[in-house]
Amino acid sequence: MTLLRHEFRQAWKSLLIWTLTIGAFIMICLFMYPEMKSQMDGISSIFSSMGAFTAAFGLDTLDFGTLKGFYGIECGNTLGIGGALFAALAGIGALAKEEKNGTAEFLLTHPMSRAEAVTAKLASVLLQVAALNITVWLIAMGSVAAIGEPVAWREFALLHLAFFLMQVELACICFGISAFLWKGGLGIGLGLALMMYFLGIVSKLTDSAEALKYLTPFGYADGADILSTGGINGTGLLVGLGLSILGIALAYWKYCRKDIR
Amino acid sequence: MGNKAIFAENLTKYYGKARGIDRLNLTVEAGDFFGFIGPNGAGKSTTVRTLLGLIAPTSGQAQVLGLDIARDQKEILKRTGYLPSDTAFYHGMRVREVLKLSADLRRKDCRAAAADLCERLQLDTEKKVEDLSFGNRKKVGIVCALQHDPELLILDEPTGGLDPLMQHEFFCILQERNRKGTTVFLSSHVLSEIQRYCTRAAVIREGSIIACDSVEKLAQTGARRITLRGDLRREELPGVRDWTEQDGTVSFLYNGLPNDLIRILAGKDILELTVAEPDLEEIVLHFYEKGGEQA
Repeated sequence: MTLLRHEFRQAWKSLLIWTLTIGAFIMICLFMYPEMKSQMDGISSIFSSMGAFTAAFGLDTLDFGTLKGFYGIECGNTLGIGGALFAALAGIGALAKEEKNGTAEFLLTHPMSRAEAVTAKLASVLLQVAALNITVWLIAMGSVAAIGEPVAWREFALLHLAFFLMQVELACICFGISAFLWKGGLGIGLGLALMMYFLGIVSKLTDSAEALKYLTPFGYADGADILSTGGINGTGLLVGLGLSILGIALAYWKYCRKDIR
Repeated sequence: MGNKAIFAENLTKYYGKARGIDRLNLTVEAGDFFGFIGPNGAGKSTTVRTLLGLIAPTSGQAQVLGLDIARDQKEILKRTGYLPSDTAFYHGMRVREVLKLSADLRRKDCRAAAADLCERLQLDTEKKVEDLSFGNRKKVGIVCALQHDPELLILDEPTGGLDPLMQHEFFCILQERNRKGTTVFLSSHVLSEIQRYCTRAAVIREGSIIACDSVEKLAQTGARRITLRGDLRREELPGVRDWTEQDGTVSFLYNGLPNDLIRILAGKDILELTVAEPDLEEIVLHFYEKGGEQA
């Protein structure tokens, strides 16, 4: 419990900045929506005729002129990329930062097993991801209510749930990688999150790359898919769950036998 | 096993192909004030880090406080205080927060001991750790290692960065603890502090222990440091070591029978002569030169 509290205390400033940035961005976009809506008639038809890019951003299934469509795409990109980057960075730094900053010798010569250290750090990462998502959810729903639009609670909740799970998956994979690092892996974390994001886009661009959507969490955390079908893709979710468990298992396996530098 | 603070048997650690320690055998009795001497890269830190479970041995086994280093690591850490050679703390934390974190991780209320130690070491607990000098960071490490009143203290190069007054205070604290029964294991390359404070010592060279005895006995080899002024050439004295010559004064380590030396010197024109016990430093250097044979 002490370590969890300490971890969270170390992370809260970064968490606050990411949360407020993502929350504020979504809020600003939503407040612009009423004005955009009136000018949307022409734009929607332009957006829906951009060929492959229309599909890549889900503009073929979502109507940018409705709040649902607007929210699915705009929120998808903001919370999607922002949350993914945050989750990846939180995960990749969790274990590696101790060796990078030279604090591993201090921490791990206190009476705790390596497994206990991993558990506390994992809990801290997941707690951070949860805190970010809950706060952003409250800001977003508050903003939707404030602009006087009807809220599609179920769909929006599902969308946010998918984003949360996507971030959990990325955080867990990065957490697993973190156990193998001793220099900090900022680049690896950012790279992995962005690669997954682009894989998600590529999977929507051509049918031949469709299998990719089961590999990347952006496959199931897809605004267009969720809002049009009203559900989260089960196969993608299962693969994601598998990768998350793999990441966590790797972290325990490696960190419990790791030579600390 | 109960009265041994540290017991290592054929403890070996290789980093890939690079040698850390190689079949290291070491016994430290409970209550010892033990010095661990060796140059950089000899394997001092590797030994300490293996004993504390930070790194896993390649082969061999060891017990700390009678507990197996692989199986009972948590219990060992609970009863041990460790001061790393390079102490780093979490950015943005104040000294008192670091001390509290360390105590909380041990589930112990150490406020009284911490306050006492901070006062004796003149450590400002309101400062942020990143604003501290190397010496003051060291003090934070010292308080963290001592505040929970451990049975065994493992100190890796503890005095680096401390000014002479602080070093003195630090060793006073260690001696008080030692008198109360704490085992002190002091890894250092500053031989004078080992000679002054430790009762027993081991010399490590290229990953193995090459000598282990009481500091008194280690310093008490048959060798004597002879310094003289006069007409003497090295060839006339067989088996001397560490021969230096400056402005007509020669100095060397002599390990033979006193009578033989006197007989040779009697036929010479000697103006000055001193015979002294070599200090620990010379002896240890001698261990290194000889490649591990006992003097």
